[in-house]
Amino acid sequence: MSTRKGEQTKIALLQGTLDLLILRTLLFRPQHGQGIARAIQQQSEATLLVDHGSLYPALQRLESRGWIRAEWGTSDNNRKARFYELTKHGRKQLVAETKQWRRLTAAIGRILGPEEA
Amino acid sequence: MWRRHRPTDGEFRQEIQAHIALDTDRLIAEGMRPDEAKAAALRTFGNVTRVHERFYESGRTIWLDDLRRDIRYALLTLLTTPSFTTVCVVTLALGIGATTAMFSVVKSVLIDPLPYRDSAALVRIVHGIGGKNQSHFNDAILLGYRENTQTLMDAGAWVPAATATVTGQGDPEEVRSLTASEGLLTTLGVRPDIGRIFSAAEHTPGAPDVVILTNGYWQRTFAGDRDVLDRVLTVNGRPHQIVGVMPGGFRLDGEQDLMLPLRINRGRLVPFFRLVGVARLKPGITLVQANADAGRILGNWLDDTGQKDPAYRARYRPALRPLKQDVIGDVGATLWVLMGTIGLVLLMACANVANLLLVRAGARRQEFATRAALGARRIRIARLLLVESLTLALLGGGLGLALAYGGLRVLVTSGPSSLPRLSEIAIDPIAALFALAISLLSGLMLGLLPIVKHAGLRLSVGTGDTGRHATRSREHQRSQHTLVTLQIALALVLLVSAGLIIRSFQALVRVDPGFTQPQHVQTFDTSILPGPADMERETRFRQQMLERLAALPGVTSAAFTTRLPMDPSVRWSAALTAEGIPDDGLTPPNHQVKVISPGMFQTLGTPLVAGRDFTWTDLHDLRHVAIISENLARALWGSREAALGKRLRQYYAQQDPWREIIGVAGNVHDDGAHRPPPPTIYWPALPITPGYEPRRVSLAIRTERASSASLVAEMHETVWSLNPRLPLSEVRTLDSLYDQSLAQTSFALVMLVMAGAMALLLGLCGVYGVIAYAVSQRRREIGIRLALGAKTSDIQGQFVRRGLRLASIGIAIGVGGAAAFTRVMESLLFGVSPLDPITFASTPILLATTAALAGYLSTRRVVTIDPAETLRVE
Repeated sequence: MSTRKGEQTKIALLQGTLDLLILRTLLFRPQHGQGIARAIQQQSEATLLVDHGSLYPALQRLESRGWIRAEWGTSDNNRKARFYELTKHGRKQLVAETKQWRRLTAAIGRILGPEEA
Repeated sequence: MWRRHRPTDGEFRQEIQAHIALDTDRLIAEGMRPDEAKAAALRTFGNVTRVHERFYESGRTIWLDDLRRDIRYALLTLLTTPSFTTVCVVTLALGIGATTAMFSVVKSVLIDPLPYRDSAALVRIVHGIGGKNQSHFNDAILLGYRENTQTLMDAGAWVPAATATVTGQGDPEEVRSLTASEGLLTTLGVRPDIGRIFSAAEHTPGAPDVVILTNGYWQRTFAGDRDVLDRVLTVNGRPHQIVGVMPGGFRLDGEQDLMLPLRINRGRLVPFFRLVGVARLKPGITLVQANADAGRILGNWLDDTGQKDPAYRARYRPALRPLKQDVIGDVGATLWVLMGTIGLVLLMACANVANLLLVRAGARRQEFATRAALGARRIRIARLLLVESLTLALLGGGLGLALAYGGLRVLVTSGPSSLPRLSEIAIDPIAALFALAISLLSGLMLGLLPIVKHAGLRLSVGTGDTGRHATRSREHQRSQHTLVTLQIALALVLLVSAGLIIRSFQALVRVDPGFTQPQHVQTFDTSILPGPADMERETRFRQQMLERLAALPGVTSAAFTTRLPMDPSVRWSAALTAEGIPDDGLTPPNHQVKVISPGMFQTLGTPLVAGRDFTWTDLHDLRHVAIISENLARALWGSREAALGKRLRQYYAQQDPWREIIGVAGNVHDDGAHRPPPPTIYWPALPITPGYEPRRVSLAIRTERASSASLVAEMHETVWSLNPRLPLSEVRTLDSLYDQSLAQTSFALVMLVMAGAMALLLGLCGVYGVIAYAVSQRRREIGIRLALGAKTSDIQGQFVRRGLRLASIGIAIGVGGAAAFTRVMESLLFGVSPLDPITFASTPILLATTAALAGYLSTRRVVTIDPAETLRVE
């Protein structure tokens, strides 16, 4: 997955990171694909724009691993869409991966030192 | 419970549409115009097609979809060229079907174990007596094997070729019976389906009479009624209680109808070698150990008979051998040779189809180039071709399996009865797997060929040319030529094999069997019921029967004998002492013995080369006379005339009076045309020789009306007018015995001739195909030459010569191959060498002529080439 910051530099992210973000987004309530993409975009304050070419394969992966499950439903404005929901396993996976991510970023942060002005 | 399932293509499409729609709605809600909103949403989403593709590729069943598509495309292509497809499928079906059928035969007859429990441990009891193998033995020896053994778990025996008379079930019927000793069924490990085996008590003399039915007889006579136990069947005039019914597949040395218990009287053991038998080895015992033990048992028997002479004792050697080997006999060589030849036919069929595929692949060059231009990888194209040829091969294999099934049904119902285990031959799952395997193998082989040829495909199409790719078509022709040469070589090998068998058969048929016009000799068997019998009265009765039969219209003469020529079911022998010839201390060899009535030689057409035939006066006066065969006369006294007046008697019956030789008869090939005629001594039906009572005889009638329904009916009437309860069995002509003796060779003949014919046809198609292709490739050149004044016959001649050149190379290779292959066939041949010059000279000529003909036929199209038209196309 790649993101675009503004129109310029692409920050390459690991594939697993998108999975983590999707799981987090689905933590509180089920959502359809478009909704997930918008949520990530909004919550990251437009830093992360999800490439839809990566979104659906990621959803596929998560579904085949049993961390999320999907069913057809109706959206707020009466559109038929496929809603994804976190499973029990997914919830556990989310907790584990979040912990791992925080340890990783903390370690990297220590190496890089405080932000220079 | 939501199931975890992968969304289908359609579902995913809907999902994406929904996504875009939701985005569009949002943008509209933020104030954009609907069409702008839609465009913006699409832009944001990105390349829908790409997303779709990535989704599709992430699935794990892409290759399956591709395969499905390839198969559909292959089937479509095959359907649009029906004649090509039909030719390929039928050719492959013939090759695969024939190979599968032959495999089934080889498997059922040679490889599968016998239908007895743990049959690898079963051995046939055989002894070498005086250097010749003898499978007969007597009661005392059987008891030795049963009670005195250290290496055998069990042993059992039976009286071979026994019959019994059943009355009270309609017409009196002569049925085949198995008089089984105690231990026979337990040795074989077979149990009756219904009821039980004989108890030990039932094998003692004086016990109540019991009988076990075979499945076939039970079906025929009692219609499969399961309530058949304890019913009574009148066998040999006495009521027998039915105690069991054998399972369907059970047979022992041929088909039987009933089983009776053999009763051995320990106080009065029968000394004659009337039994044959089998034994089961103890676990872990080898054949060598068993034979050593058998030697000891034989030694004990010889002790018991008081035989001390070491030279005499040395003539008795144990020769136990595995039962399967015994059953199969020498048919193994024939079957393997046939398997080899049929395999060659399959190769030829594949070569033919390969050629056709090659031609077609050449014609599809455009298509492949286009595919490559559109991005198809070479592997993809290769896979397509492979799928096509596999589809063809599997279709051919399916049809071939059906053909094999039908062919085997025909074989089993009408096949040579000398083929052992014939009834066990069937298409089973293993044969079907074999058919599948060789179909796949053929398909792979065929598929790889055009791939290899077109590996370096380049995008050099599109110039609108008309086949001016000289390099490619030359390459093409080279592989075609190689294939055709291979085909011709294989065809030659097959034709030579067929030719040798044909000449063998001709040689066999030319052998003078010792009788004349067997189709005019009607025969049937009758026997006297077991029990005490007045043989003199019986013989007088038989004389009456013969006189009445001879009086029937159209009948020239009638007589009886204990063994008809070439009858495989009986064989009596005796050791003889000749008067005046010194005894050299060893037991003289056994010679065949036949007990006959006067008139036998005349009826059969066997010439009397010296002396005279028996007369009824000889019989009624109880004169001790004999007739011997020509080869016996020469062996003993040097010439046939010298034998007249000399005297013979049995070696084992020195108290019997000498018999005077009054006649010498021509030799009869009793053991088949391919074996030398056995030396024979003929005794008249009276006086009776103990141990050689002619209880069962075959009557022979010489008449031009043989085998006609009217004669057979008159025959029955005549016999029944004398004794209404006398059954007639084995009603047949001498012809059928003669044919039966040729059965093994004629079976091989039919198979090889069919294979040879197929090979010739395939070779013809191959040559035709190559030349026709060459002609079509060079249409323009031919057109130019015609326009410049060349004669069509010249051009045709050139192509025919090309065909002949190809054929000659193939023939040369084939001759070498044939010389190697026919060596393997040696055991099948009679009177002709495996390198027979006539066959090796004539088959190349036949093949060359066929190739020339094929070449000529394929060039007939040259005549239709209009030079103006071909030049115009340019």
